[in-house]
Amino acid sequence: MTTADITSAAGPAELPPGPSGGPAVRLASAWRTVRRSRRLSIGLALIALFVLLGVVGPFFAGDPNGFSMDLAQPPSGSHWLGTTQTGQDVFDQLMVSTRLSLVIGVAAALLATAISVVIGIGGGFLGGWSDETLSLLSNVFLVIPGLPLVIVISSYSRGGSLTATILVIAITSWAASARVLRAQTLSLRTRDYVLAARLYGEKRWRIVLVEILPNEAAIIVSQFIFAVIFAILTQAGLAFLGLQNPSDLTWGNMLYFAQNAEALSSGSWWWFVPPGLCIAVFGAAMSLISFGLDEVLDPKLRVYRPGRQKRSRRQPDRQHPDRQHPDQQQPIQGEEAAR
Amino acid sequence: MRYILRKLGFYLVAAWIAVTLNFALPRLIPGDPVQLIMTRQSQLGPVPPGEEEVLRRMLGLGHGNILGQYWDYLVSIVQLKFGLSVTYFPTPVTTILRSSVLWTLVLVGMATLISVLIGISLGTLAGWKRGTWLDSLVPSTTFLAAVPYFWVALLLIYLFTQVWTVFPDQFSYDPGLTIGWSGEFVSSAVRHAVLPAITIVVSSVGGWMLGMRNMMVSTLSEDYVSAAEAKGLRSRTVMLGYAARNAVLPSVAGFAISLGFVISGSLVMEMVFSYQGIGFQLLQAVSNNDYPLMQAIFLVITFAVLSANFLVDVLYGFVDPRTRLAR
Repeated sequence: MTTADITSAAGPAELPPGPSGGPAVRLASAWRTVRRSRRLSIGLALIALFVLLGVVGPFFAGDPNGFSMDLAQPPSGSHWLGTTQTGQDVFDQLMVSTRLSLVIGVAAALLATAISVVIGIGGGFLGGWSDETLSLLSNVFLVIPGLPLVIVISSYSRGGSLTATILVIAITSWAASARVLRAQTLSLRTRDYVLAARLYGEKRWRIVLVEILPNEAAIIVSQFIFAVIFAILTQAGLAFLGLQNPSDLTWGNMLYFAQNAEALSSGSWWWFVPPGLCIAVFGAAMSLISFGLDEVLDPKLRVYRPGRQKRSRRQPDRQHPDRQHPDQQQPIQGEEAAR
Repeated sequence: MRYILRKLGFYLVAAWIAVTLNFALPRLIPGDPVQLIMTRQSQLGPVPPGEEEVLRRMLGLGHGNILGQYWDYLVSIVQLKFGLSVTYFPTPVTTILRSSVLWTLVLVGMATLISVLIGISLGTLAGWKRGTWLDSLVPSTTFLAAVPYFWVALLLIYLFTQVWTVFPDQFSYDPGLTIGWSGEFVSSAVRHAVLPAITIVVSSVGGWMLGMRNMMVSTLSEDYVSAAEAKGLRSRTVMLGYAARNAVLPSVAGFAISLGFVISGSLVMEMVFSYQGIGFQLLQAVSNNDYPLMQAIFLVITFAVLSANFLVDVLYGFVDPRTRLAR
């Protein structure tokens, strides 16, 4: 699921095979695009591994909660990652957890990205009073600390369902990318081709969907990627604090159980290390994809994200020219690295 | 002055929204939370008269219509009437806050400062020596940024308290000591702070380094840097006096934004170390359904983050005059 989203944004090379050009040619050119950036290929390979693990793995896994007589065994041929204190197979648990962690991460990120697109692009494009209100809203959500809010909400609503978790994470994490998108929209809406479309009498929604949205695809994808990382980290934190339904297996819940059974102090590192490592490697792979995409898309990025002179002209457009979210700076790195 | 007033206005609106959110949240609790708390409190000991009224008001579940409830709620917040904690019955919530806020403030403040200093210095060097081994290290910091705080904390605890017994594994000081400015107590507090501080630094230093390195790279291509180089200034002077000085500005501004993230991370970290700061108390409150304490902690954290943001904004207006002119 994840790979499909990302690669489809990697440019025309990844479009589904249409009537023009055979599928083989398309695939080959997509492959070349990916190969051009080592970061992109490493990131995609790692994510593909996780997706495979999460989608296919559970079919081969035994019962992840099934007890056995092998208590707290170190990794071996029959139990690749050893067993827990009650004899559950850690690798089976890991595969099942991967699926749910990815689902939560992607769902929350999709929702957060959707909110930020509507509020960021909507506000930036409409301008005036509605822009003032929407950007005030995103700035407020940006400064209210997210995790304490999520903890309090989860605690009031008693752990709650997966849907509630996804909703809460999405609601507390859309603000930063809405601001980035708004700034970009402000700069795009005065471009010649948008003005031309307006003179043509194009409808507003058409201008947004056809002229503006495609030109922000790279930013949206990058924001989506960081939203996935954030969602997975937040969910892991909540689960670790015991604020998630313990019967849903996720990476965070595995850590919660491992910690409660004092896995580390009793020496069962094989129970405690893999879930955390999965989170970290998954996050790093996602960031690599984001950097790699910047590298690959660089020539195009330069066309509509011009150099210094234009940047200084664009600055007064922003609500807070004085503040840059770290995410906002990341594309620069890719641009520079490709030079 | 107009700049400061505008900022102040924004943060007042933000604070008002946070407070209102906090008013709405207890309605999520199934059943009557006040009755729930009263029952639990009366099991723990004699409940002072008027406690029920205080709880109703501060949870926004008082008598009358919703506007009256809202007014009562605002009044009780301004008067800091948060009632008695369930976890530490019958200690008032405000007493718990007072004793735990300082621990978090010192620990998180110091660790963040260290992390920023290290990150910005490394980022400056990496941007200056672009393409060298130091620069190629930068992408690997994304790995560090994606590691959960609490996982790092637990690994550190395992390594430094189990494998090598170097540091104590929990609490913010040796419980056997009395709090005071004695040498023994201070050294115990410092020893207890080392591992939590390392956790914060390890997980957050990458972001600072990346941001600084990127700004450094784009600043280096500015004309005034080339001019400085052409004048034959020493490369140290160009790096620090011309490039880094300008490149650091977004990081100063980012400091405020990232404070929210640092606080969030350190909440979980404190729970792992049982460090008696505000995050640890939040966990206690959550696991005991201690709504009064939870409400108060959420408000304290929010106000702390908002005021820090405001201070940085004001400071930034002085450091970079351009921001005062914009809009």
